[in-house]
Amino acid sequence: MDMMFLAQVGSTSTEILISKIVDGLALGAVYALLALGFVIIYKATQVLSFAHGALSAVGAYLVSYFAVVWNIGGRVAGGAPQTIQFFISAIVGIAAAAVVGIVIERLFIRPMIGQPIFSIAMITIGLDIMLRTIGNDFIGQGANRSLGQTSLATGDTIGAPWGLTNFDLGGITIPHSYLATIVVAVFAMVGLALFFRSRTGIAMRATAFDQEAAMAQGISAGRIFALAWGIGAALAAIGGAFAAIPPRNFGVNNFTAFIALRAFPAIILGGLDSIIGAVVGGFAIGLAEVLTGHYLASFTDTIGIGFNTIVPYLLMLLVLVVKPYGLFGTPEIRRV
Amino acid sequence: MYNDVVLVLRGLSIEVGDGQIVALLGANGAGKTTTIRAITGLLDVHEGDVTKGHISFNGEHIHDKDPSAIVRAGIGQVLEGRRVFAEMSVEENLRTGAYTNRDKAAVERANDRVMDLFPILAERRKSTAGYLSGGEQQMLAIGRALMADPSLLILDEPSLGLAPRLVQQIKEIIVGINEQGTSVLLIEQNANMALSISNFGYIMETGKVVMDGDPVKLLADEDVQEFYLGLHSDEGGRKSFRDVKHYKRRKRWLS
Repeated sequence: MDMMFLAQVGSTSTEILISKIVDGLALGAVYALLALGFVIIYKATQVLSFAHGALSAVGAYLVSYFAVVWNIGGRVAGGAPQTIQFFISAIVGIAAAAVVGIVIERLFIRPMIGQPIFSIAMITIGLDIMLRTIGNDFIGQGANRSLGQTSLATGDTIGAPWGLTNFDLGGITIPHSYLATIVVAVFAMVGLALFFRSRTGIAMRATAFDQEAAMAQGISAGRIFALAWGIGAALAAIGGAFAAIPPRNFGVNNFTAFIALRAFPAIILGGLDSIIGAVVGGFAIGLAEVLTGHYLASFTDTIGIGFNTIVPYLLMLLVLVVKPYGLFGTPEIRRV
Repeated sequence: MYNDVVLVLRGLSIEVGDGQIVALLGANGAGKTTTIRAITGLLDVHEGDVTKGHISFNGEHIHDKDPSAIVRAGIGQVLEGRRVFAEMSVEENLRTGAYTNRDKAAVERANDRVMDLFPILAERRKSTAGYLSGGEQQMLAIGRALMADPSLLILDEPSLGLAPRLVQQIKEIIVGINEQGTSVLLIEQNANMALSISNFGYIMETGKVVMDGDPVKLLADEDVQEFYLGLHSDEGGRKSFRDVKHYKRRKRWLS
């Protein structure tokens, strides 16, 4: 973020605002992807997955492995442009992340069906720690194996094709990677919207609404659960990968998992069980975080440094006071 | 049956012949819904299990199959209380019903049949199911089950909570569905309605069948009239204890 600051010296205030809005939308896209995955898992399986941060980190690790360590894209399509190569590797990595999600569901969540929600949530916390530790061991620290890292030898960005390149439109500076984040997130969301109109997507919505009635139509709830975890993990991987590349961050590391923690306000803000809410909440939180970070920077004497990092939580609290179930959440209906 | 702790059903034998309408009657808690859960494999959801006995369909044992396989085998069901997917449109509800039906032409045929039976659903294709009236929701629930093109349709209390005129309409629809070749197992508390259209009737009490036979015979039976139709055989005074005892004595184990 500091690098952005340097690039903007000499821009007018409108130009800075536009750059910041794009920055906020890109961060919001990451939050929205994470929130979407979380909400899909919650809606379809009634599991509050605290392992979502770890899933996004593991997903980013997997994308790193396929893009950097094994360079699948380079092997399959050596002659193609870097971006195409990266997308091929990324898609394989994301598919691998989906498999991880499906395996987790089968091994740890399925046997817990019917147990108290609290017990399952505790299991996901354990999974979170386990996955992060294993993921870290695989990627290692500073070993030039992680997506978005700066190579110690050449100074280039590893893995992601965009590095630190920008669009320069007069005074408006937009990093290529931010635009890529937004475009990919929008594609993922359109894809999801189409999926929810398909035969399997309708089956998933039916299962989320009334599991027994869905089973009475011959829908296999187990298969839907697995699919929900697969989709959730894939979305988390996309979010994690984009959160790891510059200028947002410089590589996948211990902290990638924590970005999901900041996506949590987005989930609560939008409403725990609302797909639209996850998208709106994600973008709202991203924008709020970036804009307050920029515009309140001169008030650090009074409010301290890093105020922007608590803005998501403040926003969440404010919304919850007025709307306890979030902006788009379903209120629990109780007869009095 | 549930949790291996309580045996809900014992001594129960029910048969639905090809092309028949069979009524299964009984008061609340008699075990009617548990019976159909045992047939459709949904006992699992309620952590229950069939511990003894067998359930077969078209000569095939189905009691160890999962609900999805049972639907695919040709048993469709309409759950008690309609249970339409309220957030989804009528059309999407019907598509969930066609989930197991992978043959496009067959889905098309099932869809035409449903639209034919329930013109109102055709009108309301795009409406959200939750906003339909109770009667329309019941029609949607039946239509949804028909989308899988079942050879046996199980209906759990389709008349529950509906106005008499709608009960009449549902009754005619059930007859219509049966005439098109679908066997029907009709679970009802409304004995009059159920027995008036069925080929055979069973009466359940506390987990077992206590009476069965020809519907005309059942309708004429004094005890059935008294306990399920609310009619009084004599002058309409209070039942004496002796009469109740008499009824209890006459109940018999059928299976």
